[in-house]
Amino acid sequence: MARLPLEGIRVVDITVIYAGPFATMNLADWGAEVVRVESIKHFQVLTRGGMAHPPQEIVSNPTRTGGLATYCGRDVSFRPWNRWTLFNAHARNKLGCTMDLTQPRGKELFKRLIAVSDVFLESNAPHVVENMGLTYDVLKDVNPRLIMLSMPGFGSTGPNRYYRALGVHQEAFIGHTHLRGYPDSDPSATSTLYHADEASGATAALAVLMALHYRNRTGKGQYIDMAQAEATMPHLGEAIMDYTMNRRVQNSMGNRLPGAAPCGCYRCQGEDRWINITVFTDEEWQGLCRAMGSPEWTGDERLASRPGREARQDELDPLIEEWTRQHNHYELMFLLQSEGVPAGPVIFEDDAYDDPHLNERGFFQEVTHAECGTHLYPTFGYRMSKTPNSIRRPPVRLGEHNEYVYKEILKVSDEEYRQLEEEGHIGMDYAPEIP
Amino acid sequence: MEQALSDVKVLDLTRYISGPYCTKLLADYGADVTKVERPGTGDPARMMGPFSGDEFHPDKSGLFLHLNTSKRGITLDLKTETGKKVFMELLAGADILVENFAPRVMPSLGLSYEELEKVNPGLVMTSISNFGQSGPYRDFKASELILYGMGGAMNETGTLDRYPLRKGGNVIQYQAGTVAAVATMLALFSSRLQGVGQHVDVPIFESQMGTIDRRMSHLLTYQYNRETSYRPDPQLEPAGFPVGVYACKDGFFQIAGGFVFWRRICQMMDRMDLVDDPGFNTPQGQREPENLERFSLIWYPWIAEHTKLEIVTAGQAAGVLCGPISTSEDLVNDPHWQAREFWAEIEHPVAGKLLYPGAPFKMAETPWRASRPAPRLGEHNAEVYGGLGYSREDLARLAESCVI
Repeated sequence: MARLPLEGIRVVDITVIYAGPFATMNLADWGAEVVRVESIKHFQVLTRGGMAHPPQEIVSNPTRTGGLATYCGRDVSFRPWNRWTLFNAHARNKLGCTMDLTQPRGKELFKRLIAVSDVFLESNAPHVVENMGLTYDVLKDVNPRLIMLSMPGFGSTGPNRYYRALGVHQEAFIGHTHLRGYPDSDPSATSTLYHADEASGATAALAVLMALHYRNRTGKGQYIDMAQAEATMPHLGEAIMDYTMNRRVQNSMGNRLPGAAPCGCYRCQGEDRWINITVFTDEEWQGLCRAMGSPEWTGDERLASRPGREARQDELDPLIEEWTRQHNHYELMFLLQSEGVPAGPVIFEDDAYDDPHLNERGFFQEVTHAECGTHLYPTFGYRMSKTPNSIRRPPVRLGEHNEYVYKEILKVSDEEYRQLEEEGHIGMDYAPEIP
Repeated sequence: MEQALSDVKVLDLTRYISGPYCTKLLADYGADVTKVERPGTGDPARMMGPFSGDEFHPDKSGLFLHLNTSKRGITLDLKTETGKKVFMELLAGADILVENFAPRVMPSLGLSYEELEKVNPGLVMTSISNFGQSGPYRDFKASELILYGMGGAMNETGTLDRYPLRKGGNVIQYQAGTVAAVATMLALFSSRLQGVGQHVDVPIFESQMGTIDRRMSHLLTYQYNRETSYRPDPQLEPAGFPVGVYACKDGFFQIAGGFVFWRRICQMMDRMDLVDDPGFNTPQGQREPENLERFSLIWYPWIAEHTKLEIVTAGQAAGVLCGPISTSEDLVNDPHWQAREFWAEIEHPVAGKLLYPGAPFKMAETPWRASRPAPRLGEHNAEVYGGLGYSREDLARLAESCVI
């Protein structure tokens, strides 16, 4: 059987929170040796939890105000940082070590690791690597073949390069927040789920692969400056082009789509269950009417063609919902699809694990984590016919591969290893004084 | 200057959004991409808006122009025997084939991976589809809305009192295109380094389930705790403050404060006298309703007096995570992206000179470049088919029989 495509490539990863770690997931999954370098002296909020040592009562009593990254079993009594779902979702197939990059010895060790690696990814605002003295200008002398990708929100140049922003704030800046939302209310009524994190995560992986391809051909490494916001902007291309072509500012359409009527999200039987239906063509409209049992109102001649339906979408939505709310969301999908109508349920997490399509395609895989136990994990967004893949390692625990990284990669002696433990570089626990 | 993919040849059968965005990413970084369109009408995205000057014209769709930069364009009818023969000649010289037809289409044309592999054993064939090349939903129909509802985290987008909400534009399909480009590059490594060609299956459904951070995290939360995610209840205040979108003097802004960043919020408002208030700088304090009330009396008057840019400028100076709710007009005129030379001016013979979104990342040695505008239908027939050895007379014959 063929090897995984990135076997033999070592990636040093100090990325944080969402976008960067999901970029390195794409590399680790396909065979790269991704070494996460973390610090037991510094806790980056969100990456491995809300706090290093969160109070149990806060974790046990969640507020229902959005967001569901939490701890396995909502139990934070032992090493909660290894139980955080947001981290464990991307950390499979990665290795991890700890190193304090703010100390001279940590910087020296880090450079030794860079010297024997191929790729370095970081996702902080640019002052972080500048302050640590670990910029590309420094590291390229350590390893001229190095590929370094920096992915701050706003890039490494320009007047706002030091701005700090999560995906949600970038999306506010680039106009996505304005383009989505309930069309009849202001943007304060939207939740914070956005697109920039996944868009820039995948785009960063692509950038690294292109640079590796070029290096395979020429032997040359290089620096890649990726502003997460710029990686996301092309995904909004048509709204941007409407402005550059026509000076027109597009606003939110809610759940509607150009060229489709009706098009919406309709309530189904059960608590908070929904189906999306999109009718593009007149044939699909006839299919929807058949599925509904052709109630009298569907006989209106004006609804037979799209312009007539488009003009009356607001009236149609409650009539359709009267029907959908009597039925199960999955049953509606199968019924509507059998009538040739594009439709699909809004899939909640419990639905996903029961979904016949995902299960037949083997999308979930059982993985055992030393501190969280055995669970089904989502696998890969794409698959290859001749280099099939699996989750080969469970999500990496803090400092789990210190021995391997220090002794085998960096050739540190047993005595030096003990010193590094005492100096706070090596460990598997955050310092107790960190909240 | 040499580009990263200058040595890569791509044959592109894609239409609409996901496939063309995948091949645009490759083309703008130097791959030689030949876009194959159906004679007569071409890619249906040519007829999707917005149109330049609102003129319904196959070379004036902003969507099509954006998605097809740096590609050459030819026409070919794959339903004819001659068309298939010509296609196989093109395929023999390609490293990569990308297509996003419904999964039954390529096999029904006699162009399944198994057939194509015989002609070009090292070929990377990337197939993007709604639900993948196998499984019970393989032939189901979908839309941007449906794919987000099934694959993404639509169940937690919007608010609890109303229907779940999709994202803006067509971002789910763009994401699939980005993911497909990643998968294609990975397969190119196997092909170049090990001589292993293969078929890459990119379902838009699974590109959401398997690359989206919140979705994957919350799927795991269900496994760990049997909890399902939810849309926020607008009646409940967030667990910290200030968090979320607020109205200010001239619009809206988004901010993430909370007890962790309380000191920075004080700096932003120039209210350092509040820094040590335990009602504000501890997680327990920020959950007490009376502290939220005290905070609101300070916060709302302050934001009402300031514009979104004033607030964001002060916030960013203090290290606060925040941003203004901008429109596309604000975005295009933002001095930061202008200073980074993000916008690319591209001249098209029909649509004219326009600003386009530019490089998604800046490679120091191998830059992004829109080497040509989106092709007109069949614009490069003579050049591409000429390269295969077809004469002018051959091309005239093919055109007459509607093959090109």
